[in-house]
Amino acid sequence: MKKVPLNELKVGQTGVVEEVRDQGFLSQRLLEMGIIRGTPIEVIRFAPMGDPIDIKIRGYHLSLRGEEANGIIVSISDDVN
Amino acid sequence: MPEALVNPPTEQKAIIVALAGNPNSGKTTVFNALTKLRQKVGNYSGVTVEKKLGRIIYADNREIDVLDLPGTYSLDVRSPDEKVARDVLLGQMRNTPRPDIVICVVDATNLERNLYLFSQIQDLGLPVIIYLNMMDEVEKQGKKIDVIKLSQSLHAPVIEGVAIHGKGIEELKNMISLAIAPADRRLWRMPEQVESRIEQLMILLWREEGMAKSDTFSEAIILLSKEERVLKEMLKGRPKVIDCVRGIQTDLTEWGINWRSVAIESRYDWLSKVLKGVVLEKSGKKEITVTDRIDAIVTHKIWGWLIFFGLMALMFYSIFTFATIPMDWIDSFFSLLSGWVKQWMPPGDVRDLVTGGVIAGVGAVVIFLPQILILFFFIGLLQDTGYMARAAFIMDRLMSKAGLHGKSFIPMLSSFACAIPGVMAARAIESPKDRLTTILVAPLMSCSARLPVYTIIIAVLIPGAIAWQKAGIMLGLYLAGIIGAFAMAWVFKKTLLRSETPVFIMELPPYRWPPFKDVMLHMWERALIFLRRAGTVIFALSIILWGLMTYPKHDHLDPGEALKHSFAGQAGLLIEPVIKPLGFDWRVGIGLIGSFAAREVFVSTMNIVFNIENEGEGDHLREAFQNATWPDGRALFTPLSCISLMIFFVFAMQCISTVAVVRRETNSWKWPLFQIFYMTGLAYVISLLVYQGGLLLGFH
Repeated sequence: MKKVPLNELKVGQTGVVEEVRDQGFLSQRLLEMGIIRGTPIEVIRFAPMGDPIDIKIRGYHLSLRGEEANGIIVSISDDVN
Repeated sequence: MPEALVNPPTEQKAIIVALAGNPNSGKTTVFNALTKLRQKVGNYSGVTVEKKLGRIIYADNREIDVLDLPGTYSLDVRSPDEKVARDVLLGQMRNTPRPDIVICVVDATNLERNLYLFSQIQDLGLPVIIYLNMMDEVEKQGKKIDVIKLSQSLHAPVIEGVAIHGKGIEELKNMISLAIAPADRRLWRMPEQVESRIEQLMILLWREEGMAKSDTFSEAIILLSKEERVLKEMLKGRPKVIDCVRGIQTDLTEWGINWRSVAIESRYDWLSKVLKGVVLEKSGKKEITVTDRIDAIVTHKIWGWLIFFGLMALMFYSIFTFATIPMDWIDSFFSLLSGWVKQWMPPGDVRDLVTGGVIAGVGAVVIFLPQILILFFFIGLLQDTGYMARAAFIMDRLMSKAGLHGKSFIPMLSSFACAIPGVMAARAIESPKDRLTTILVAPLMSCSARLPVYTIIIAVLIPGAIAWQKAGIMLGLYLAGIIGAFAMAWVFKKTLLRSETPVFIMELPPYRWPPFKDVMLHMWERALIFLRRAGTVIFALSIILWGLMTYPKHDHLDPGEALKHSFAGQAGLLIEPVIKPLGFDWRVGIGLIGSFAAREVFVSTMNIVFNIENEGEGDHLREAFQNATWPDGRALFTPLSCISLMIFFVFAMQCISTVAVVRRETNSWKWPLFQIFYMTGLAYVISLLVYQGGLLLGFH
């Protein structure tokens, strides 16, 4: 297992949330949308210009900017990377 | 289910039902289905959040009022929408009674996140009915929801339904009329040591702050999650509460518990446990949904852009072509009305006021109604199907370069038709600074009120211009506005409205075909807002403007000369030295003064200035413009002064209605005044540079 920021995942890769770094206003919103410790997140796609990211959590799609995704630390299994 | 029901109430007190739910949960469809067209749209006092009230009428003529709360993901206090929803549910909103029952509309395909809001409402001690919407999609996904078990675990009645087909609506209506008991206790818990500390805060809020006991828990966990700066803002003059919250936060940190997330995590943990035995998923391979397939194309590197620009082109093509026919009707209607008044009223000031002031002024604005209707039809459709979120998704990178936001895209787009809906659409942006930036630059997008002005000036600039020449100049003017908006947004974000963290968290909802009724209703609501403005602000301004151009009266002079001696004419002469460097004389000055009320007024003012009898026939005005000269015989409307004038119209803030709406949306005079100042300053400087620069380069 390895911990990386969410924005370093590749399309189709899934990570499990370890920590949402405090970014004030923003991190509260992320938590309330269901991005909490232990939640699996799948990276679905990147926007045509590389940013934002489309992720899937708890069965729905959410888009975030790369810098916001940078504050979400996820664990992934080593063999994927 | 039955355990939550008690006997129907005996007393005949009017009950109020609140409708709550996540965005994209189909809440509006449920509201429309419950109330049919018995709806009223207003505003909550003091805030710009819309208040939608409707009425359910039962077969036996009983009536129940339904309040449609803003769609929110949570009941915190971070956005105006959330705060309104929260205040209404707590009974703290002025002129709005506390609801007796809450219907929580839940997207059954997305239970966990939707029930998060339900649980927050339940914490307030209100009876809640869950309307499980979109059950057809759940079935299609091969999932099963054990509704009875869900109802038992959540201590709330649950009704299955498909709102767009009206399924479950009758059951919902019947359920409302039964008295429902709230849950007798909170169903989820935080770690014990947190609970006991929170209890102390609740007791403080109850005993010493006089808060209703049932409201204290919800308030306490919101306070717990806030950092010191926000606490000080929320709890001005209540140092005891701040100290108590800070004390709990310090303890929690010591125990290794994150005070920002503990309540959210505990609630979600509980929900996950509840749902484990309730949702039966079809095991096996991962299905590719229709939404996934559409998204693969719509957000594709090439197809995505083609579809995006195609849709935008289609929208503007519709606005500028289909709208012309009804616009002609409206035009003829006002001409007829004016002619009718002229026939039936004796000549005199009052008749002139009615025809030249009121009818002409209001008519000049109402004529844009068809364009606005078409715009809102498209925006409603794109929004309700889910495409708008994708447009924001692919545009965000581009917009963020200027410090804007993917969600700024909708307000900017709307502003091409009219800045008023554009400014109002900026409400969707959560961060106050991003929202303000969007509001400040939105009116730089060329709105349809500039079109008549551009049209007449282009006709003077290139007499007999062919279509592609006109289109080319138009395109240039639109581009100038867009570039101006992005440049100014960039400047504001670097200076006045600097903010550290850009926030862009946006749900990409599944594509759904919205009920046609809902789209039409949305369009009609917007149109009413627009018409109300035309009936009030524009009505009053038309009268004032007419007065300024009519008085003091000089009946012996011909109309052009009389105008010169009116208040407006005097003002035009007064500003001539200021606008002369831009290539404009006092007559254009009168037009500019008039157009500060509304841009399109420029054309009708010019008709009066140049004493043209047949209003509306642009050819006469064009000839008058071409023959107009300075006192020394030089032509007034040279190519260079025409360009200068058009550029002035691109950038200047000339619209009282927009000023009024910005004042309302920002809740202060500071920003609208700043906006008038910066936009008009920008217009002046750029026109000056173009005109004087052009002269220096030998153009004329």
